[in-house]
Amino acid sequence: MYLDFEKPIAELEAKLHDMHVLAKESNVDMSKEVKSLEGKILELKKETYSNLSRWQRVQLSRHPERPYTLDYIEGIATKFVELHGDRNVRDDKAMVGGFAEIDGESVMIIGHQKGRKTKERQLRNFGMANPEGYRKALRLMKLAEKFEKPIITLIDTPGAFPGLEAEERGQGEAIARNLKEMFMLKVPVICIIIGEGASGGALGIAIGDKVMMLENTWYSVISPESCSSILWRSWDHKEKAAEALKLTAQDMLKAKLIDGIVKEPLGGAHNDPQAMFKELKKVILEAIQELSPMKSKERIAMRIDKFSAMGAYVEK
Amino acid sequence: MSWYKRTEKGIVTPTEEKLEVPDGLWHQCPECKKIMQADEHSASSYVCPACGYHDRINSKEYFEILFDDNAFLELDENLSSGDPLKFIDSQPYPARVAASQKKTGLKDAVRSGYGKMNGSDVVIACMDFRFIGGSMGSVVGEKIARAIDYARKKKCPFIMISKSGGARMMEAGFSLMQMAKTSAKLALLDKEGLPYISILTDPTTGGVTASYAMLGDFNIAEPGSLIGFAGPRVIRETIGKDLPEGFQSAEFVLEHGFLDFIVDRREMKKKLADLLGMLK
Repeated sequence: MYLDFEKPIAELEAKLHDMHVLAKESNVDMSKEVKSLEGKILELKKETYSNLSRWQRVQLSRHPERPYTLDYIEGIATKFVELHGDRNVRDDKAMVGGFAEIDGESVMIIGHQKGRKTKERQLRNFGMANPEGYRKALRLMKLAEKFEKPIITLIDTPGAFPGLEAEERGQGEAIARNLKEMFMLKVPVICIIIGEGASGGALGIAIGDKVMMLENTWYSVISPESCSSILWRSWDHKEKAAEALKLTAQDMLKAKLIDGIVKEPLGGAHNDPQAMFKELKKVILEAIQELSPMKSKERIAMRIDKFSAMGAYVEK
Repeated sequence: MSWYKRTEKGIVTPTEEKLEVPDGLWHQCPECKKIMQADEHSASSYVCPACGYHDRINSKEYFEILFDDNAFLELDENLSSGDPLKFIDSQPYPARVAASQKKTGLKDAVRSGYGKMNGSDVVIACMDFRFIGGSMGSVVGEKIARAIDYARKKKCPFIMISKSGGARMMEAGFSLMQMAKTSAKLALLDKEGLPYISILTDPTTGGVTASYAMLGDFNIAEPGSLIGFAGPRVIRETIGKDLPEGFQSAEFVLEHGFLDFIVDRREMKKKLADLLGMLK
């Protein structure tokens, strides 16, 4: 599937495909032409993806073929035991987690889960967790703490679910509790935004020693659509809203609100999932290696100091 | 020929001087429409003596109600907003802040003070809804964080009075991280065994509910306050149905187990002091 701004690339790739078919059918050597077209496509891709607007990055972050949490776990871990339920209400399918093994290292991986087909999307509630999802996440984090295993959270949500029952069961309290508890976790916590990082629903599992964003993701207090509807009473100004919110990985790093950016393959994570898994695995293992030797007290102090320094104000 | 001749062209009265009745003499309850003397209204903590309706009040009034003799040391009063994102909608963000400062005489949407309540030391932070909807940006987050640090330094209880529409959109990512910052400081306060009382007033929603407002050792609300995470309009659009009567009211939130109790503002000071007294 191609996004609107990828149309020129799509056209060239269709041409390339035709060329291959023609060469095969007519048995003519077109390798020279193929090579030249391939070069042209690569150039165009490089140019397109190095000049993305903020809204285009938002589009990429929501690409329907993009890997989701369970895809990453499958691509990175050699073993995975999924754990369910918040021991209170029910198992929230929009939040998944369990113990995993990465290169012989045991870790706890927790993340929002979106679905790919209509039915699965509904099952996963479009990646919008209910309070029990946040409570399940906290339960798993406490388990990781008990067994002294690092925690990795993968963030990909259009927001915490704004439903009637979510309010009855204390959506605000559930997220708030996670924020406070995550600061005191004795084990290393590594948080990675792999798609959408919408507001409190994202932050609810994103308090960590290292918070990183994949190159084509967004993270902010509100989605561009909702921002547009509040400011201009319609969703039509989402591009403008995305620009105003400065919600890309590059923006967030510049504002010192995250610790790093994880490079994606050319064209986005979905264009070469294997390469993406390899890169993310490398980043995770490096972070664990860096954080593990520290004393838990130091890590907690560093985590608190880092978030305490965030803000822009003048004092006179 | 007209009966009267206007000697001056156009009569211009600045808005703040425009008064239908002399200011501060009379107050009409918006709920039961009873008219009372303003003195009577303020003496009953801005609660209607007839129907118990709690008028929305600001930090100035809450400080008057809670601090002994209204004596307190104001903390970090010189903090004001930056413009980290150069955010522009209908007007640039700094202009919006400046207009709100001019209108309200406040620097931002929260004030904090250190003083005595029934003879005991306490730090109180209180939000002002008049300032851009009581929204939480960097200044609100930083002032609350510092107020908590002050309570830790003085080893005294911290009381937070929330009244907010949530995070301030114009500071985007910065606003979001204030939820994290304030929660971090509350974790430290908690670890040091100091009491934290969160008072939720009308309205308390969004990122404020999803951080410090819900993290009290004691979560207490004023009667009838709107308290929730998502706003009623958003929920209505999500579920495609009308919301039940009383949904997201303080009484509803108490019923679902997220508040310790609801307190009449006229009893608030005594009840807080009684509670804190038992923890000593």
